[in-house]
Amino acid sequence: MAGLTSPSGNGARPTTDGEAEAPPTGRSIELVLLAFAAVLVTLALVLVEANQEQTLTQSLLWVGLAYLALFTLAHLAVRRFAPYADPLILPCVALLNGLGLVMIHRLDLANAERAAALGGDVPNVLVGRQIAWTAIGLALFIAVLFFVRDHRTLARYGYTAGFAGLVLLALPGLLPSSISEVNGAKIWLRLGIFSIQPGEFAKILLIVFFAAFLVQKRELFTSAGRTFLGMEFPRARDLAPLLVAWAFALGVLVLESDLGTSLLFFGIVLVMLYAATERVSWMLIGLTAFVGGALVAYQLFGHVRVRVQVWLDPFDDFNGAGYQIGQALFGLGTGGVGGTGLGAGRPDLVPYAESDFMLSSLGEELGLIGLASILVVYLVLITRGLRSALAVRDSFGKLLATGLSFAIALQLFTVVGGASKLIPLTGLTLPFLSYGGSSLVANYALVAMLLRVSNAARAPLPRRAPQKPLAEAGTELVERQQ
Amino acid sequence: MNTPVRRIAIAVMAMVLLLFANLTYVQVVKAGDYRNDPRNQRVLLAEYSRQRGQITAEGQVLASSAETNDRLRYLRTYPDGPEYAPITGYYSVIYGSSGMERAADAVLNGSDDRLFGRRLSDLITGRDPSGGNVVLTIDPAVQKVAYDQLTRKRYAGAVVALQPATGAVLAMASTPSFDPNQLASHNTATQKQAWAEFTSAKPPVLVNRAVQATYPPGSTFKLVDMAAALASGKFTEDSQVTAAPRITLQGTRTTLENYNGNACGTNPTVSLREALQRSCNTAFADLDAQLGVQAIRAQSDAFGIGQADLEIPLAVAPSTIGSIPDVAALQQSAIGQRDVALTPLQNAMIVAAIANGGQVMAPYLMKEIQGQDLQPIETTQPDRLGRAVSADVAQRLNALMVNNEDSYAGNGKITGVQIAAKTGTAEHGDDPKNLAPHVWYVAFAPAEAPQVAVAVLVEDGGDPNNLAATGGLVAAPIGRAVIAAALGKASR
Repeated sequence: MAGLTSPSGNGARPTTDGEAEAPPTGRSIELVLLAFAAVLVTLALVLVEANQEQTLTQSLLWVGLAYLALFTLAHLAVRRFAPYADPLILPCVALLNGLGLVMIHRLDLANAERAAALGGDVPNVLVGRQIAWTAIGLALFIAVLFFVRDHRTLARYGYTAGFAGLVLLALPGLLPSSISEVNGAKIWLRLGIFSIQPGEFAKILLIVFFAAFLVQKRELFTSAGRTFLGMEFPRARDLAPLLVAWAFALGVLVLESDLGTSLLFFGIVLVMLYAATERVSWMLIGLTAFVGGALVAYQLFGHVRVRVQVWLDPFDDFNGAGYQIGQALFGLGTGGVGGTGLGAGRPDLVPYAESDFMLSSLGEELGLIGLASILVVYLVLITRGLRSALAVRDSFGKLLATGLSFAIALQLFTVVGGASKLIPLTGLTLPFLSYGGSSLVANYALVAMLLRVSNAARAPLPRRAPQKPLAEAGTELVERQQ
Repeated sequence: MNTPVRRIAIAVMAMVLLLFANLTYVQVVKAGDYRNDPRNQRVLLAEYSRQRGQITAEGQVLASSAETNDRLRYLRTYPDGPEYAPITGYYSVIYGSSGMERAADAVLNGSDDRLFGRRLSDLITGRDPSGGNVVLTIDPAVQKVAYDQLTRKRYAGAVVALQPATGAVLAMASTPSFDPNQLASHNTATQKQAWAEFTSAKPPVLVNRAVQATYPPGSTFKLVDMAAALASGKFTEDSQVTAAPRITLQGTRTTLENYNGNACGTNPTVSLREALQRSCNTAFADLDAQLGVQAIRAQSDAFGIGQADLEIPLAVAPSTIGSIPDVAALQQSAIGQRDVALTPLQNAMIVAAIANGGQVMAPYLMKEIQGQDLQPIETTQPDRLGRAVSADVAQRLNALMVNNEDSYAGNGKITGVQIAAKTGTAEHGDDPKNLAPHVWYVAFAPAEAPQVAVAVLVEDGGDPNNLAATGGLVAAPIGRAVIAAALGKASR
């Protein structure tokens, strides 16, 4: 927990008197870690090529260098626009994104081989698209850092963000299925050559909205209510916002058949509400509502019941609904502790191995050791985000960073838990690892905002020169603040 | 607001810990179940996705993998299936593998460490990697004769031919055999049907009688008695032992008699040379009673009997002389009955050691490991297991066996080749008087410079009702034909 203490006791903070050294920015550490991530990703690529019986050529080195160059660009943007940002966040993201690209490339090879063996059409090469999405994601990342110089300005657009988020979230559910439905989930916007999942962007906009809203109306939620079981409960009429969120989550489930987004949305709202009010009672009420909603959903929707049955025993209907999770478990089990080695397993036997079931692909080839390492990287990313929330001085920043960090955490939990049969499957993607442009680009925007908050948290306080007696004061050229 | 954020952080860590615990359950506790679940094809697909190496002998392909376009990429085929099945074994999707397919699996599937350098070079040159090849010591001409001789009269039995100086296995036949192609089929129904047929066959077909089954050696065991006698220094070829047609086992009322109840010659005593030639039971019961169980056991061990972990690399069932609690038991064991049980390979090793000046060589089937490009990677070096008898005793046993062969009647004698031999006719089963005996012929040739040693076993004399079957009549012609094939090859 050492990483979560607020830096108030940190000796690096400059004192107000004298010429204190500037606090360390951590940018060099970031660059070194990015280079380390590049080495790891290149090695992973070499292993895949070796095990997939491809010729090892120098071009692999160039791929590694290109990857490093791309993230060095992001690094330079951080250096320029958020010099005090947390140095661990970007390397974690780079490593996850790089591993994801290697794994998607590896599955491309498997799909091409299978197509060649069966004489079918050669499937689309996904890694090229994902690289393009990575570039777009990094461009958005830089754009966010450039345009949002102070995260507090976002609070001003809270309601706008909230409205835009709602529209984006609801849009696929309201549009005709021909535009919005892919594989049974109405969560898409099919725009000609490419499709996006607006829900991924809505997630961030809604976090911004909730942070702004909760800061503004904080007293509303903390006002005295009844005390029951040693906890202070809010008044009934103050429950309205939570009920709205709950109803909305259910609405998403009904209209879009999307269990994952629904769960994610409700979970984030609940946690942000708890962070804002410091009241456990909100969590209790929220969880009760969640259980109630889950029971209702189970009764009303066939697809929810199927998910639960498959979760309870995937092998009961192995050749039907349980096939995907069953194959994922076989893959994970075959991988065991050490894994088969990158490129040496058969992760392609799991349908949607590159997106929803990226976890089982990684688990089969990297084993428990590899998955544990990946979980640790996520944990570092999330705790560094939460640490920024602790350290930043304004309430809006705290709530924003908490919401963004927890969004990654909850998504990680539902996806990893779903693919390894800890909880029913929900159909979300692993942030940065899974194939999927919307998720990747949106998460880059999310990380840029986290970096922005962490920059504010770690930057030295604006210096105030010691006041001289007025009589001794000379004239002073004051630069106008922008 | 910091307190709830800290709690959220703790909750996040708990969530990750929970994920880790669950993954540990899936990937460690349940891993074996998932890996071996019949619906999980991963292990199988990995095995069949690369080309398995060939098994060859003198350039003749015995097993190879051909590319197909079905789900399992490579199909295993065996051109001379039944003839070589006891050696190659089978390689089946459902029933696993046996024989060399199992014993040399690491080489054939390419995972053997000795192939590492080649795997590395495959990687750099981008060549499609495949398993290594295994070259056997088998001489296809000798193998063919051995198999044909056994199958011609539908015998159940085994033939082993060894090169005495090295221990290389020149032929190893076991009949009746099976067709491994049917078990290698990618058609599940074909496999299942073949498996049901093979496992219920009478006599059994999936057992390699040469190394996996043990039989009472009968009179062939008298070579071990004789070796112990000569090695003891207390006996020579001319030492006299009883010639009585029957004796009572020491301390019992059980009698032991010679073949057909005949006396061993016309005198009350007989020389060991003549007793071996006539294969008189009473004489050797008398001899072993004088030698003692220690001497017999030591001599048996020196020939390799009792060795439990012999692999050639096929696993060889251990041969044994049994517990031998008293002199009566020793007298029965002296003639290769009671609990004495040898594999045909072990019996061949005994005569090979005599042929090789008393030195026991480790028998081996794998001559060479080759890379995918047929370039040799490793050649097996002959390995000495130990000395069974001195060179002098070996030479005297050789002469005694020449004397035996010259007295034997029977077909298949080879002009110009001096064979040294011993026959055996072993009772077995619960009612030996009404069941044809197992018959043996162990030999080597040429006696003056041995190049091949053989052991022939025919179960039940080739026919359960043929009570008159003897080693000399049934097994000897097969042995001589195998020797002729081996020498014909050698003299070319």
